[in-house]
Amino acid sequence: MKRFGIALLPLLASPAFGEGELKVYHWFEYMPQELVDKFQAETGITVTIDTYDSNEAMLASLKAGKLGQYDVAVPGDYMVQIMAEEGLLDSFSPADLPNFGNIAPQWLDVPFDPGRKSSIPYQWGSTAFAVNRDVYQGDINTLAILFDPPDELKGRINVLDSQGEVLALGSIYLGIPQCSQDRAQLKALMDMLLAAKPHWASFGSDTAKDVLVSGDAAAGMIYNGFAAKARAEGANVEYAYPKEGFVVWMDNAVLLKDAPNRDNALKFLNFLLEPENAAAVTNYAAYTAGVTGVEPFLAEEIRTSPETNPPADAPAGSFVAVCDEATQKLYDAIWTNLKK
Amino acid sequence: MRGVRHYPGFLALTLVCLTVLYAPLLVVTAYSFNGSTSITQWGGFSWRWYADVFTGPESARFGLAARNSLTIAVLAATAATLIATAASLAMVRGGRFRGRTASFALINLPLMVPEIVTAVASLIFFTMVGLRTGYGTILIAHITFCIPFAYLPISARLEGIEPFFEEAARDLYASRFRAFTQVLLPLMAPGVISGWLLAFIISLDDFIITNFVKGAGMETLPTAIFGSVKQGIKPNIMAISTLMLAASAAVVTLSWLINRRGQRSP
Amino acid sequence: MAGAPGAGGGPKDAGWGPLALPLMLPTWAVIGIFLALPVLLMAVYSFLTREFRGGVEWQFSLAAYDQFFVTRGLFGDEPPSLEWTYILIFWRSLWQAALATGLCLLIGFPTAWFIATRSPRSRTVWLFLVTIPYWVNLLIRTVSLKFLIRDNGPLNEFLMGIGLTSGPLPLVNTNLAVQLGLFYSYLPFMVLPIYAAVERYNFALSEAAADLYAGRWRILWEITLPVVRPGIVAGCLLVFIPSLGAFLAPDLLGGAKNFMIGSLIDEQFKGSQGNWPFGAAVSVILMTLVMLALLIYARAQGRGRA
Repeated sequence: MKRFGIALLPLLASPAFGEGELKVYHWFEYMPQELVDKFQAETGITVTIDTYDSNEAMLASLKAGKLGQYDVAVPGDYMVQIMAEEGLLDSFSPADLPNFGNIAPQWLDVPFDPGRKSSIPYQWGSTAFAVNRDVYQGDINTLAILFDPPDELKGRINVLDSQGEVLALGSIYLGIPQCSQDRAQLKALMDMLLAAKPHWASFGSDTAKDVLVSGDAAAGMIYNGFAAKARAEGANVEYAYPKEGFVVWMDNAVLLKDAPNRDNALKFLNFLLEPENAAAVTNYAAYTAGVTGVEPFLAEEIRTSPETNPPADAPAGSFVAVCDEATQKLYDAIWTNLKK
Repeated sequence: MRGVRHYPGFLALTLVCLTVLYAPLLVVTAYSFNGSTSITQWGGFSWRWYADVFTGPESARFGLAARNSLTIAVLAATAATLIATAASLAMVRGGRFRGRTASFALINLPLMVPEIVTAVASLIFFTMVGLRTGYGTILIAHITFCIPFAYLPISARLEGIEPFFEEAARDLYASRFRAFTQVLLPLMAPGVISGWLLAFIISLDDFIITNFVKGAGMETLPTAIFGSVKQGIKPNIMAISTLMLAASAAVVTLSWLINRRGQRSP
Repeated sequence: MAGAPGAGGGPKDAGWGPLALPLMLPTWAVIGIFLALPVLLMAVYSFLTREFRGGVEWQFSLAAYDQFFVTRGLFGDEPPSLEWTYILIFWRSLWQAALATGLCLLIGFPTAWFIATRSPRSRTVWLFLVTIPYWVNLLIRTVSLKFLIRDNGPLNEFLMGIGLTSGPLPLVNTNLAVQLGLFYSYLPFMVLPIYAAVERYNFALSEAAADLYAGRWRILWEITLPVVRPGIVAGCLLVFIPSLGAFLAPDLLGGAKNFMIGSLIDEQFKGSQGNWPFGAAVSVILMTLVMLALLIYARAQGRGRA
């Protein structure tokens, strides 16, 4: 059987000529095919892209045995830290990447990878919510829209099916620090979520945009770029930067441990730091690049979109924190309680 | 004697059944011709997504995925049907042999195990024994979980065939092989066809297990489609689905025509 | 007649007895190596220590089963009591799978019957008609179904158009939608095995009963059903068991507000909880339940015959 599997592989894999290969483990539809083609044309490296649908699914499959098959992955902020702690990342020095200096200064010394030893910024954005303005015209500048909604929105809210983001936004709403171990605070968080749940219509991450466009939901927790796409598809939705705060996240291209094509991976990371290329991703995904000098290359509607340009008085967002094991257990229990 | 074969309301329920089966497909087909990039907003009639399927930036990826899916489904369904036919003969005709109850449990095991568990367990196992994940591992996994789906219709059919058909053939000095191929197998055919069809669609549709045991860069249609809906389903997926429907309809028509010709010739 | 197909032993040997073991060999080899071994590994995992964020440490632990059956409050310092959370999730999934199986049987049996009573040539075409929709990916089918039944979708517009309902019938994010989704996911698994059994049915039996002035529904119930029962049981198994672990229909059509067995296990392996031993334990409990039910059924059938 083993011989059979291996014999068939070369028949089905695309021919790898020239400068070798690069295997990227990536979110689907997060990188335009034209950009992949451009990289292949510039370097002669054959790129194979494999996809995952959540940070956790990627972690699970790398831990179950896929480490060593891929060169580059694109985890979110907290997942970079987890992967580093799990020993899944290789590191590089700034000298390996001629474009290292293009990284925007505020994204250089990030808490999840101080000094950028294993990762470079890919795209960043925020997670809050969007409201259909045909249904509700009131003030949406507060997280109460999700957790204590007005009558018009009751029973018509979609929340992301993602523990980290729901609990983080809930904590921000209550003014509780993330990874709190305080009993009263955790109890309050759980009670608040349990009281809010009857007002929610559904949990869904992949469907977050579609339910807004189709009208199944009148408000929904959503990523800013996703809300922009919903608006572009004709839904009269407005994305909110609530006054209590919101979640920011950043996806990062990382160098994986045991990368079979380490040199090509570094070329690829360097390629992504080129402003023109970072801008191409931004134009495609409607988030924001973490690279300086992208503005001249941005499409007009992306550069000026309300989703990526928070109002001047918007508060700062916060990353989802990585809790230690004992604390995480409490948050797991709250989540299970919420969904039982 | 039509009375005992026909029950009032059965035709109506069959039509209900077909309506439920096909109504969503009308949506799929309709939106494959949508001019806009959304599947929820109608933007006028257009062929653009069919052009996109064949010439768009992802055409190569989806083409390869479709080819992988179809070849894997045909190979896996055929292998599983062969294995399941042998197993049915043993289980239904083999009397009380040693390990019969365990065999029964084993055949049904792929049904019992939640897909996600099969997926994670298989990947860990394949990695442990040093099998490289790719086309081969997908095929192995598919054959494995297709077996009960082929087995159940085949054995249900075999249960209904009394052994005197074969015994009569054997009494007439037909060899065991001839008694099997000329008498029993034709009688079993509807069960075997049902089993193969079930195995085929099960394999064609599998996502969870495939997603874990496929290697880097290997795609089947479900993994390609699941990946691409992360940012919402675009009409190009609807176009691919419609093409798959057209392909299946073509296969059906062809087999029907061949069947008809076969029956005409003496 | 054995109930679960192939579960009973049989007098219908016709000289196959000596070949039984060689004929079983491929099944043993394929499922034994590529599924039983990995699953055994999983069963072992359920008794190991959880590695934080996925994976296991090779150290014996009953923590996974403890988590399933025993609760000590949110902070783990209350006196232990029976944990209802997961039992409730199991109950909900079992109930939903049972309803979906019933719905499939209700529609699938007449359909299979209808097909089996067509002329031999057109049967194949009908069979294909039932399976053609399954060439389209389950996800796409489910999404399209959702499109049809949403508040401002074609079904509701039709119902309101003919004046049957005054406002939109809320279907999306209800249990009814999940039932419909499961029905749509698994219908051929009911139709094909029943078809295979009915196709073989000797209608002379019914005719004989009709000659004795039995009503046709009575004939169906007392004469036909017992004969075609293996097909029905096979169909019910093929619908019920996959429905138990399904999570696409519950998530997309039901709104994923509550865990089902499938999504609960999925969360342990791929979700943020990353608790492999617990996911393995939930699977082991599920498999044990289903396997026990099957074996008890097979035993009862075997005894009933002898």
